[in-house]
Amino acid sequence: MLRFIFRRTLQMIPTLLAVVLIIFVIFSVIPGSFISSLMAEGRNAMNADVVAHLNSEFGLDKPLLVRLGDYLWGLAHFDLGISYRTREPVWNVIEPRLWPSIKLALTAMGFAVVVGVPLGFLAALKPGSLFDTGTMMMAVSGLSLPEFWLGLLLMYVFALQLGWLPSFGYHPGSIKHIVLPAIALGVSPMALLARTTRAGVLDVMNADFVRTARAKGLTEPRLVFAHVTRNVLVLVLTTLGLQFGSLMGQAIVIEALFSWPGIGSLLVDSVSTRDIPVVQGTVIVIVLWFLVINMLVDVAYAAIDPRIKVA
Amino acid sequence: MRLRFNLVFGLTLAVIVVVAAICAGWIAPYDPILDADLMVSEMPPSWEHLLGTDAQGRDVFSRVLYGAQVSLTVGLVSQMINSTIGTVLGVSAGYFGGWWDDLVNGLTNVMLAIPSLVFALAIMAVLGPGLPSLLIALGLTNWSWTCRIARSSTLSFKNQAFVQAAKVAGFSDANIMRTQILPNILGPVLVIATLGIGSAVLAEAALSFLGVGISPPQPSWGNMLTDSRELIRTAPWASVFPGLAIFVTVLGFNLLGDGLRDMLDPHMRTRKA
Repeated sequence: MLRFIFRRTLQMIPTLLAVVLIIFVIFSVIPGSFISSLMAEGRNAMNADVVAHLNSEFGLDKPLLVRLGDYLWGLAHFDLGISYRTREPVWNVIEPRLWPSIKLALTAMGFAVVVGVPLGFLAALKPGSLFDTGTMMMAVSGLSLPEFWLGLLLMYVFALQLGWLPSFGYHPGSIKHIVLPAIALGVSPMALLARTTRAGVLDVMNADFVRTARAKGLTEPRLVFAHVTRNVLVLVLTTLGLQFGSLMGQAIVIEALFSWPGIGSLLVDSVSTRDIPVVQGTVIVIVLWFLVINMLVDVAYAAIDPRIKVA
Repeated sequence: MRLRFNLVFGLTLAVIVVVAAICAGWIAPYDPILDADLMVSEMPPSWEHLLGTDAQGRDVFSRVLYGAQVSLTVGLVSQMINSTIGTVLGVSAGYFGGWWDDLVNGLTNVMLAIPSLVFALAIMAVLGPGLPSLLIALGLTNWSWTCRIARSSTLSFKNQAFVQAAKVAGFSDANIMRTQILPNILGPVLVIATLGIGSAVLAEAALSFLGVGISPPQPSWGNMLTDSRELIRTAPWASVFPGLAIFVTVLGFNLLGDGLRDMLDPHMRTRKA
């Protein structure tokens, strides 16, 4: 098992390297540098000496390949570079944003699981029923909703009209602030989980071992809990993991809408200010999060289902 | 064959949106950009302004109609680019195998690891806002599923008798891929494309909402929501209707995609029944 984890970790490196390369190349051909965006902020007609000085301070006067080499060398030492804007190490800019993002993703996922899995389960027990049709219509609607629009509507109803919850912002210990963004973010994974759970349960219900168990005279509730649940668990866990892995990337619009101080809003802000080192850093964090979660899913998968070869 | 509800309802919604987009010029009672009148700003829905007016007194109904043009262009064109890239890469990777297959697989994994919205945001930052940039940004970032399906289907057809026969008959590789393999994988590629149109419409809205998509004053459902966000307290209709338009469009294409899949994949059909 350890060897499996080790191998999967090694496999992440080429992917990550390719991502760094792509992002680096994209942002070196960007028209308008951080320095020109400073000028756009009203400090126009900057002194040529100042521009030259800034360029050399950030190493922008070096050729592309040298800069790429420097960046990769830094990455190998877990150094993401220096933010153009705050002149701090990029990691210091990203680090305080991590926990709010993770907290939001966890809460959204919790909502998705608590609502989505039971719905899918119940729908599958009576396929074709009104409840089933209704649940599946709701699921496909959940997957078609623009989540920031849902966020906006939630804000209007629960914050502005009813006044039950704050409309945006973040307070470290506050549960109230997380409810609306988490629901808005959690609706699409919830819908997907409901669909997957339903498909999984239906698949298992038609499997031979369930027919055998039923023929043996097992009561329906026992059948569902003893045989079906365990077999659906693997499928649900996989979907859950994959969704959770991509949630940090999906959250950017929700974070921007609710002024949530996470990785996503940091990405949007640094794209607009052309703070390239921070953009690269946040993208790397988002991708790494996805890859690590995926690896954990694979490991969990191998642990749950002995039929999957570990070697 | 029994027509499924998904297929019929989805197709209906999609057709309504397409017709609305094409006929926007004739249906829209006002000009979406020029007919701004501060005297009637933030008016609730009425007979004069079916869906109300926004902060500049522009007719929300007209703007939603014109916004459909942007959303559908982005959805259809970018998904066509995605489907083409995915199919060409996937089929050739499956057909030739070897180092090319490894390379395509590696690239697909990289594309899957970067969330497409993040990738598109990065490309938009480079290219600047506007419709052509959107088509490129969304057209280059969502082909991995098409590629995977195209590759695995090609693998399953590659060694079948009709392909072998074409080989023996002296068909060139390109010819075999085009005439023997491509027609057989069009079904699944079409299903993914239909679902992909929905995600492209959502992505356009998200990018425009973040201010890197379509720039105002040109109406797009995404940037209408950015503008109306400030008015949510006083003019909620300016937020409700553009979002509803996105929802209906995406729902239409998603249902259509689901319906097509059920129709093309008998296994799924029996399972769902």
